[in-house]
Amino acid sequence: MKVSYFPGCTLKNKAKELDVYSVKSAEVLGITLEEIENWQCCGGVFTTARDEVATKLSSVRALKYALDKEQPLVTVCSACHNVIKQTNYAMQNDKEFADKVNRYMAEGSYNGETEVYNYLEMLRDMVGFDAVKEKVVNPLKGKKIAAYYGCLLLRPNSVMRMDDPENPTIMEDLIKAMGADPIVYAKRNECCGGYISVESPEAAKRNSNAVIENAKAAGAEMIITACPLCKYNLVKNGADIPVIYFTELLAEALGVKEDTNE
Amino acid sequence: MQRVGVFVCWCGSNIAGTVDVEAVSEALKSEPGVVFSTNYQYMCSQAGQDMIIDAVKEHNLTGIVVCSCSPRMHEATFRKTAAAAGLNPYMVEIANIREQCSWVHKDMLTGTEKAIILGKAAVAKVNLNTPLTPGESPVTKRALVIGGGIAGIQTALDIADAGFPVDIVEKKPTIGGKMAQLDKTFPTLDCAACILTPKMVDVAQNDKIRIFSYSEVSEIKGFVGNFDVTIKKNARFVNEDICTGCGACVDKCPMKKIPNEFNLGMDNRKAIYIPFAQAVPKVATIDPNACNMLKNGKCGLCAKVCTAGAIDYTQKDEFIEEKYGAIVVATGFNPISMDKFDEFAYNQSKDVITSLEFERLTNAAGPTAGKLLRPSDGKHPHTIVFVQCVGSRCDACAEKGKEYCSKICCMYTAKHAMLTRDKYPDTEVYVFYIDVRTPGKNFDEFYRRAVEEYGVKYIKGMVGKVTPEGDVLKVQASDLIANKQLRIDADLVVLAAAIEPDKSARPLATMLTASMDTNDFFTEAHPKLRPVESPTAGVFLSGTCQGPKDIPETVSQAGAASSKVIGLLAKDKLTGNPCVASSNELMCNGCSSCEKVCPYGAITYSDKEFRMPDRTTKVRRIAVVNPAVCQGCGACTVACPSGAMDLNGFANSQIMAEVDAICK
Repeated sequence: MKVSYFPGCTLKNKAKELDVYSVKSAEVLGITLEEIENWQCCGGVFTTARDEVATKLSSVRALKYALDKEQPLVTVCSACHNVIKQTNYAMQNDKEFADKVNRYMAEGSYNGETEVYNYLEMLRDMVGFDAVKEKVVNPLKGKKIAAYYGCLLLRPNSVMRMDDPENPTIMEDLIKAMGADPIVYAKRNECCGGYISVESPEAAKRNSNAVIENAKAAGAEMIITACPLCKYNLVKNGADIPVIYFTELLAEALGVKEDTNE
Repeated sequence: MQRVGVFVCWCGSNIAGTVDVEAVSEALKSEPGVVFSTNYQYMCSQAGQDMIIDAVKEHNLTGIVVCSCSPRMHEATFRKTAAAAGLNPYMVEIANIREQCSWVHKDMLTGTEKAIILGKAAVAKVNLNTPLTPGESPVTKRALVIGGGIAGIQTALDIADAGFPVDIVEKKPTIGGKMAQLDKTFPTLDCAACILTPKMVDVAQNDKIRIFSYSEVSEIKGFVGNFDVTIKKNARFVNEDICTGCGACVDKCPMKKIPNEFNLGMDNRKAIYIPFAQAVPKVATIDPNACNMLKNGKCGLCAKVCTAGAIDYTQKDEFIEEKYGAIVVATGFNPISMDKFDEFAYNQSKDVITSLEFERLTNAAGPTAGKLLRPSDGKHPHTIVFVQCVGSRCDACAEKGKEYCSKICCMYTAKHAMLTRDKYPDTEVYVFYIDVRTPGKNFDEFYRRAVEEYGVKYIKGMVGKVTPEGDVLKVQASDLIANKQLRIDADLVVLAAAIEPDKSARPLATMLTASMDTNDFFTEAHPKLRPVESPTAGVFLSGTCQGPKDIPETVSQAGAASSKVIGLLAKDKLTGNPCVASSNELMCNGCSSCEKVCPYGAITYSDKEFRMPDRTTKVRRIAVVNPAVCQGCGACTVACPSGAMDLNGFANSQIMAEVDAICK
């Protein structure tokens, strides 16, 4: 099966592991991620101002690209997913906004037809965690792994519709499928501090430390995340357990990690 | 041809202010059938009614049109007037020229024009009216109360007190409901058991009341005054008639690790159990999912120690059929699941509990014998955070919680906070709230006492996150008045979970054809004027099945429901509403369209022999309307493809005549 794939800027430099292992792992699971041609930055943040069109155009162009190829659009970065999914929702439900956007669309008009999946949703809904489990060649037996969702991946729930934002299970189910033990801890869906690390590194440190400490107290040996900014904040603020992208761990479990040349 | 009299009411200036009543009575004089037309200041007054009676006699009127207020207001009045004048009361038509005419129009010309048109429509209709006679049906003088909580108990006691037999069906092994689980009750702080258990004993000892515990209603047929109900008595594997409730079987039962529902799983019970010491009926019940003997035939200890010989492993579910004249729904409530509110870490820490669990923790008969101890380590908590409105007033997150206010939480949280401070003054108690809502007799005084005398720290704002860390619950919250973020290290967090109707309510409503709102609360016939009756005749509402309520309110509603039941059962016969559907059997083709749309289950089918033109006979399936069940909604008349179904008093021909008159 082939799907359109939107990697996002960070995945081409700081977060290469997220990108490379996503593609490799998907291939093992029978899904080809076809990178969208000439994709542009998603905008980074979904602004709620309705007259703000420019920062959303690149998302709409990516969505339109997938529509023309008759493929679902798969994202992996939490921030890109949040922006694209929310933009898609606005194109479906806010006619005024959609009209405005469509006036800039040389590619033809778009009205929210494309289905947007986060990589995790792709694993759950297209592949199935049971199928993932079958493909695992290096089961991560006995590893205590804490899933860190952060704030963007699941919220706002009325739009994202991925999992229960207060009691999610999707990453824990993936961890189980890879043969490891998921660690459930309260701060797994709290904010790492996000962009506030630019304005007030102290505030970001406070938030990130709280997440790390909480995960460790619950017995975690490793934290996995889908968000480059989360990883940046946790690592920068002194995480003393490994913080890696979930796709890296997946590639390890599926036995396709070693031969990567990044 | 009818001889119609038209009576136009001024309603003081209510109508006459924007409708030229003189012009209306004049215009209607020339309508077909009208032989007399007049207007008067107050048609509903004695003088106005006398005017109608005199006109009927003087002009030999056969039909009456009153142009006045809504039929909801005075149709019954004018029907009585017609009867007093010797007419069939159903020969009266009301043209509503007030609510939907004079009150909504400001311009005299338009108001008058519309009043004339409405009058013409009523005249057109009354020309086709036929005298109608209401039917009668007998009343079975026995009531059924579904649910054995305080609502059901009080309703049953009051009905029995009036001398009518009552049956209570309760799905749990004992009556008592939620109130039996409570510790103290606001605002007077009397202990729940002390005021409830005597009532439970009264129920048990009352020879007019039968208790079907561990039972459910499985089928309801019939109609007001004549319900046929099937009650499923689940097998409890103990013969209720001979069990003495001594508890010897419970002592001997080796299956010890079954979560105790009565204590909300905070301790364990045996596979054979009596829910609590004051249970009514005080008989043991075997949990078939836990009992070794029932699961694999090994054990049998309880039967060995039972000196009464009450244990019966072969007992089967039993179905009992009984007739009732009235049914009272008292199915109660449950706290909602906290699964979708894991920001409060309910699923992550044993020390995050719901308020009902807190009741059990402070109840002398609870898992800790009334000592306030943390479920995780049995230590005394020194900082307790109460969070109100967990899932209540949750309009932005309707998929998580409920949009409505659960009404009882503000008061029970004030009670919990006050009692904690009273018993354990070394404990710091915080209450986070959106608003404190305490309307009720002595309620606000009670809450003020918690704040002023007991030093409970009330903080306006919500808790955003509870993070269990070690044996501490890190509570992050906002104080909206001080406009700051708070971080509190708590030992125990208590969530005032929203309440919702019991899950059994919806299937029951389907069986009863009683209506519910979107939250599965039963709908009352009128929110102000008929608060304890369901729109379905003969079905009454008691307690929280109709909406969130505290104990005082529940008991008053239970009393009100019982008085309505007594009023119904006191009648020997019921007079029906003659404006019901009837099927023309010659036109009916038995297609079942009407049965499918009937919300009251009033339509059945019977096979009838028809004589054919060639003198042979043919059996055809035809619809039959039970006039006692039919509420005259008219849905079937629209659904009927062959035009066989018609509504008395609102016949298709009459409606079309009205439309024609309006469009003329």
